[in-house]
Amino acid sequence: MPSFVVPDKCDGCKALDKTACQYICPNDLMVLDKEKQKAYNQDPTQCWECYCCVKICPQSAIDVRGYADFVPMGASVVPMRSTDSIMWTLKFRNGTIKRFKFPIRTTPEGQADPTGGWANSPTLDGPTLFTEPQSLGLNAVWSK
Amino acid sequence: MVDFKTIEVETDLLILGGGMAACGAAVEAAYWAKKNGLKVALVDKAAMDRSGAVAMGLSALNQYVGLKDGENTIKDYVDYVRNDLMGITREDLVASIARHVDSTVHLFEKWGLPIWKDKNGGYVHEGRWQLMINGESYKIVVAEAAKNALGTANIYERVFITHPLMEGDRCVGAVGFSVRENAFYVFKSRATLVAMGGAVGVFKPRSSGEGAGRAWYPPFNSGASAFFTIQAGAEMTCQEVRFIPVRFKDAYGPVGAWFLLFKAQATNGLGENYMVTRKAALDNYGAYGKVKPVPANLRNYLMMLDVMEGKGPIYMQTAEAIKKIAESETDPKAAKKKLKELESEAWEDFLDMTIAQAILWCATNIQPEVEPSEIAAAEPYFIGSHSGASGAWVSGPKDIAPPEYFWGYENMTTITGLFAAGDASGASSHKFSSGSHAEGRIAAKSAIRFLVNEKPAKPKVNPATVSALMSRVTKPLVLFEENKDKTTDVTVNPNYILPKMYMMRLQKLMDEYAGGVSSQFTTSKYLLEKGLHLMEFLKEDSENLAARNLHELMRCWENIHRTYQADAHMRSILFREETRWPGYYFRSDCPKLDEKNWNAFVNCVYNATNNQWTFKKVPVAKVL
Ligand SMILES: Cc1cc2nc3c(=O)[nH]c(=O)nc-3n(C[C@H](O)[C@H](O)[C@H](O)COP(=O)(O)OP(=O)(O)OC[C@H]3O[C@@H](n4cnc5c(N)ncnc54)[C@H](O)[C@@H]3O)c2cc1C
Ligand code: SF4
Ligand code: SF4
Repeated sequence: MPSFVVPDKCDGCKALDKTACQYICPNDLMVLDKEKQKAYNQDPTQCWECYCCVKICPQSAIDVRGYADFVPMGASVVPMRSTDSIMWTLKFRNGTIKRFKFPIRTTPEGQADPTGGWANSPTLDGPTLFTEPQSLGLNAVWSK
Repeated sequence: MVDFKTIEVETDLLILGGGMAACGAAVEAAYWAKKNGLKVALVDKAAMDRSGAVAMGLSALNQYVGLKDGENTIKDYVDYVRNDLMGITREDLVASIARHVDSTVHLFEKWGLPIWKDKNGGYVHEGRWQLMINGESYKIVVAEAAKNALGTANIYERVFITHPLMEGDRCVGAVGFSVRENAFYVFKSRATLVAMGGAVGVFKPRSSGEGAGRAWYPPFNSGASAFFTIQAGAEMTCQEVRFIPVRFKDAYGPVGAWFLLFKAQATNGLGENYMVTRKAALDNYGAYGKVKPVPANLRNYLMMLDVMEGKGPIYMQTAEAIKKIAESETDPKAAKKKLKELESEAWEDFLDMTIAQAILWCATNIQPEVEPSEIAAAEPYFIGSHSGASGAWVSGPKDIAPPEYFWGYENMTTITGLFAAGDASGASSHKFSSGSHAEGRIAAKSAIRFLVNEKPAKPKVNPATVSALMSRVTKPLVLFEENKDKTTDVTVNPNYILPKMYMMRLQKLMDEYAGGVSSQFTTSKYLLEKGLHLMEFLKEDSENLAARNLHELMRCWENIHRTYQADAHMRSILFREETRWPGYYFRSDCPKLDEKNWNAFVNCVYNATNNQWTFKKVPVAKVL
């Protein structure tokens, strides 16, 4: 089962009205077992292993086990995502460990300005988009 | 009866989807709508932060023209796309996207997407058109700008769109349902922009157990754009032009960095490079066999020839490539550092966009610097934004399009007021993530211009239309309730079919009759005719799909959407009596390229009232 939940770590997002994993899964796979207050993947055969649920879980309760129909057992790939970078720990079947860290964004979360700071006022007629031509770094939009 | 409440939303512009094209549309539409006192709403079946094909992240921006530094011209890009698609391309649409895409990339950078820089502050290129990024949060960053522009009150997440809302031949919105509560949504709009991505899961995947979900393109892109535009009666184009990516085998990890950045070569099991040993086969494809780079489908084809002769496995020679690059450093210390860098870049490529491939390499103890890795052709997908071309036939821009490709508003389909972008619009391949965003912007500005200039009337929707749609959409839940106690196992019941088995039936049909993996991508008139016959039974049985809950109701509709994409695909392959893209599909009864008769688009229209398709050839106009 591609994504799976470790019961000891999952707190059901503290019984809030929506759990983080259910909120984020692009394929609507993560659900909460109301009785147990634990999340699970309701259809592992449709999991893309995109790790969106893994990355968002506040308790680090979700992990991924490679697809059983072609992946040998024993490996793991675990992310730790912060506001500006992600750290990956890769464990090989033979025990080798590798770690990688990559930046994920260069600006503070939540503040993307749709205009990018470019103030133009093109007309509604014609092809020039609202941040152009400055956002192209040109004097005008190309035309035939 | 199931108890559903109805929620009505009225808006001027309705954006369907929350992916790359839709996010582009949102920022652009918000600006022009504000200026003109108009309302914009957006609907996504998932959460915009991680919806669509970029949910996991990406490691490259595949379209950047570099106009400001004079790296390339618009014509360079158009030539590249036309050649890769074996001549079948709307040059006006490709040029339109190419002239704006750099602007979108510069916005991404401002919003916070880390784009790799060289020593002089220039972008690091993966290939001529591709820029390297640290793209784990690519979708989050792009969605953030879209959400900030539109305001969350205008965004409807977890609402699955099923049908267009039609009044006569005008599209006046869309209907769908919440996957979280029993609510039927009716969106009434004066203009509608379709951007619900491509279609995956139409063909049987190579892995049919747990790994069925590990498609290269995401399984949640399930044909909604195609279904919506087909049902609305819009003219569709290039429905035969599927895409088959060659990727690392089974987990479908990206090969772009290996081929383009690391200059690796691929060989068969005997160590032969099929691009060299099979070169003569390119002569059968006229001018397209001679262009550089060799079109993607022809590269696939040369590889497939080796596979069909039993010369696999096919390997990406990763170790050899890394060794070559490290050797170019004469100082041993520098060479070691270089090796470390390359290793990290190679792993990031997977970790940013196909984490499953990293798991597979770890599980098989692969060290790319030591041993090669297998690559293979995936199952076919419908992705008009990438190297396929299927989608709606849309108007070109006024200043570029020839008269026959222009009907008033760029990116408008043949249905007045219905626009399309990204995977939803056809014959404008190679826009990828950045070009899809740019195209969403183009389409949104055009849609606002349409609203301002044409002042279309507020939709008048017949309540009977809405209630008929609501009972059709929720029927699978009713069917289940009515019949569930008639057997002792709810999965085996003669009165209905559950969406999973329905999907497997569709996939088996397409795999065996329409040239899927197990038929080596080969089909013929005879196979297609038989397949279409079986397809009629499947379409009839789609009326008997049953759902146990809202999640399964979504699965039912995803599969009905896929069915129409499949139908259009088979009919279009049948109509085109030649083999033009041998590495995407091969027609054994017309195995040759026929430039004289078929250097043309295949377009089709579906009539929902009588269930009839009409097909025609449309000439390819040279624009640049
Ligand atoms: C593995 C992989 C690698 C790729 N590599 C690159 C790369 O390196 N560089 C690059 O530039 N591009 C790359 N691409 C291509 C790029 O992701 C696409 O071209 C682009 O995302 C297409 O944009 P779109 O808006 O048409 O579709 P998407 O971005 O997929 O968006 C579709 C949207 O529609 C929504 N939706 C679907 N159905 C419904 C429905 N019924 N109701 C409501 N909403 C619905 C989805 O939730 C989603 O929000 C890659 C794609 C994949 C999968
Ligand atoms: S996000 Fe984590 S803690 Fe919350 S319900 Fe899901 S698995 Fe449990
Ligand atoms: S890995 Fe992705 S597809 Fe699978 S359950 Fe998690 S979020 Fe959903």
